[in-house]
Amino acid sequence: MAISLRVNGTAYEVDVEPETPILWVLRDSIGLTGTKFGCGIAQCGVCTIHLDGRPIRSCITPVSSAVGRQITTIEGLSNDNSHPVQQAWIEHSTPQCGYCQSGQIMSAAALLSQTDNPSDSEIDSAMSGNLCRCGTYPRIRAAIHRAVEIYDASKS
Amino acid sequence: MNMQTKISRRTMIRTMAGAGGGMILGFHLPGASAGVVAPEPWTTPTDGAEINAWLTIDLDGTVTIRVPHTEQGQGALTSVPTMIAEELDVPWENVRAVFADMNRHLNQGQEYKVTTTHGSQVVRLQHPHIMQAGASARERLKAAAAIVWNVDPSQVTAKQGVLSSGSNQASYADFVTAAAEVQLAQEPTIKTPDQWWLMGKPLPRMEIPHKVNGSAQYSIDTRLDGMVYAAVKCCPVPWGKVKSYDFDAVRNRPGIIDLVEFHALEGKTFTSDMQNGVAIVADSWYRAKTALDLMPIEWDYGPNANVSNETQAAEAQRLFGVEGDVSNEIGSDALGRINQGGNTLSAQYHRPYETHARMEPINATVSVTDERIDVWSPTQDQAAPLRIISDHLGRDTKEIFVHTAFLGGAFGGNGGGATAVTKQAAEISNRLRRPVKVIWTREEDITHDKQRPPVYTELKASLGERGLPEAFFSRAVWFTHEGVANHGPATADYSIGTMPYLVPNRRHERHNVATHLPTATHRGPGANQNGFIIEQFVDEMALAADWDPLEWRLEMTKGLEPWQRVLLKMKEVCGFRTDLPKGQGMGIAVVEDHNSYCGACATVSVSQRGQLTIDKLDIIINSGYLINELNASEQLEGAACWELSHALYGGLDLENGQFTNTNFDSYHLMRMPQMPSANCYFALSEDGWWGGMGEPGGPPTPAAVANAIYFATGKRVRSTPINQHDLSWS
Ligand code: FES
Ligand code: FES
Repeated sequence: MAISLRVNGTAYEVDVEPETPILWVLRDSIGLTGTKFGCGIAQCGVCTIHLDGRPIRSCITPVSSAVGRQITTIEGLSNDNSHPVQQAWIEHSTPQCGYCQSGQIMSAAALLSQTDNPSDSEIDSAMSGNLCRCGTYPRIRAAIHRAVEIYDASKS
Repeated sequence: MNMQTKISRRTMIRTMAGAGGGMILGFHLPGASAGVVAPEPWTTPTDGAEINAWLTIDLDGTVTIRVPHTEQGQGALTSVPTMIAEELDVPWENVRAVFADMNRHLNQGQEYKVTTTHGSQVVRLQHPHIMQAGASARERLKAAAAIVWNVDPSQVTAKQGVLSSGSNQASYADFVTAAAEVQLAQEPTIKTPDQWWLMGKPLPRMEIPHKVNGSAQYSIDTRLDGMVYAAVKCCPVPWGKVKSYDFDAVRNRPGIIDLVEFHALEGKTFTSDMQNGVAIVADSWYRAKTALDLMPIEWDYGPNANVSNETQAAEAQRLFGVEGDVSNEIGSDALGRINQGGNTLSAQYHRPYETHARMEPINATVSVTDERIDVWSPTQDQAAPLRIISDHLGRDTKEIFVHTAFLGGAFGGNGGGATAVTKQAAEISNRLRRPVKVIWTREEDITHDKQRPPVYTELKASLGERGLPEAFFSRAVWFTHEGVANHGPATADYSIGTMPYLVPNRRHERHNVATHLPTATHRGPGANQNGFIIEQFVDEMALAADWDPLEWRLEMTKGLEPWQRVLLKMKEVCGFRTDLPKGQGMGIAVVEDHNSYCGACATVSVSQRGQLTIDKLDIIINSGYLINELNASEQLEGAACWELSHALYGGLDLENGQFTNTNFDSYHLMRMPQMPSANCYFALSEDGWWGGMGEPGGPPTPAAVANAIYFATGKRVRSTPINQHDLSWS
């Protein structure tokens, strides 16, 4: 069945069952592989994307629920690594294997779009759904604080 | 000057020809739509010429270094170029990295010597030949310039990409082709640490910018024209069989293409080989997986369906009463001395099965045609998939091309080259003659991982003069898959049998029990399980005789310089104390792993109701030398989180011959709120030996936490996961 989607500002038409999770539409139908598969049951967060600006787990969200809404993936965050979260991630040398980091970055970007200056405990609760097997959590926490500074500097 | 221009022009023509001749990096799969490794700077240089297999230099001075090891976040893609650039002496900003070509390696004299990436070894063990490649290239450039300038090579300097002698000056690029032909009378020796200008600098890892925007390509991201997808299910009790299935029930679902059966190979039921199972092939992975979930399958579990955590625990108890193989003995009659009585203590400890659970589920993509085979596989040994497929399909290694991608974690579990999944993909593609991507669900990944072996250990000691142990005995019971050597008996009591403490009479025994469950190395093999055990029992011995745990360790390692260095640094920086109010505690531990000596000091709080918080974690390492403090700190933090995950939350449940907690809702890992930040300190001996960095941060950390819990609560936690123990106090 043909379904129309908007991903990172571009319109796509895909032929999939409406219950297909957005994750597989992004990866296999559209070819945006920055969004990852890790568990398929909303437990690890590597598939995190934004639906109308809010973070969701694309592995359990049917594509039918995205019709008429805006999907943003890691590829759509910026086209030159200029998003404050990306800059802070680079400064703090955050990724190790990197596999979880698309999801981490999308969760962090969503947090910062809703909370100007999150505390450690706000960061912890916003990020607790994102697993990192490489143990980059302390760097993620530090990078989120740094991203706030970068945001603020860009505004002033 | 004339001469130099002439050489330059010739160089240019030849390098262009070289590039046109197909620059060996095998990313040129015909028809591939996106089957490439990451974008810039991993692309093949367009005009570079090579001096040796390790590097090319472009006309603009860009140096591209070919890395034969894999990148799983541990830093090989940066450390290998760092070591070569150090010797070559080129500006770091001119350096690029690509993965080396394994087809060339295996078919043309194995120029890279070692291609595997495990055991914290790339810098520790391989630095001599890697640095040698850079030094040799530098000396050849100097020799080539010396011929043209008509001077002795000793009068040519090579610095930051520029060759000079008197008034002559040229870029390395001008002499690169000539240098490739130079035969040195004698290969240069590599630099000593006091001569380093680049090694030792905290360089950021080169691939980081690709890992913040989704462009880094992992094996699972491979996309090829005409590619189909497969989901697989193998018997959940390893080596069990498929009794029946009903493909007709699902074959008419949208996109379904075929069903392929897999068979364990008779006589090859080796730990990493094929299991009995089925794959459904479809035009999308989700369609394949959904059909497989819906298809009725019956299994014949075979003779192992009664094995459980409980049966293993009972077997361990039985074997505690049976003499085992001796792994180490010092002095005499340790057990006899302990059995005589006096001031003795004994304890039993246990660590359960753990799984690798790298965030990238196991997968492989293979394209088989009559002419060639292309493979993408998340392996820790770039050359392994080539060997695996050649062996499995009986094809010539010259026809097989490995496309190395980033690894979404590995941790020892991908050591054999993700063997089973690579064979599965090869079988399907060989049959359908189409490119196929196989992805294991997380449940399949955990069910059929090669797990970290569980261990049960009994420890005994008798204390003599000054309350220090005069006799020490350990008996470990360890469960591994039959026929496995590298993580078998040798690691069963690693860190216990090898402990440094100067006890005059010691005996260490172990039982290696064969099971049907595949096992393998797992980041910090042996040391991670046993660090928790030995370093808590050390505290038990120290406290039984009223010793301060840190002073005890200093006393018992007297004269052992690498250990003393760590312990003295710990004393200097951690503020370790044993007199905190109840509910708070500090604990320490120190363990050797991969030839590095690593200490941890943890500060914890435990609420009266038993809620544990790790307030602070200090890690102190003596790795002999250090080439990149930034990368090293990342690895220490990561390894600490790795082992805290298992110790606090992990543990696989084994029932009816199979694992039952096979996704992250039931196999729990450390999450952000639970992870303390870690302070890393370096206390380096710098006297001729090198230690590893990717694993040693793990082993001491949970023991330090458990020792701190004891001080906070009075409770000794002798098994993991810690969160299943009642830590409440009043
Ligand atoms: S893959 Fe979606 S949360 Fe794990
Ligand atoms: S960076 Fe490897 S899983 Fe997070």
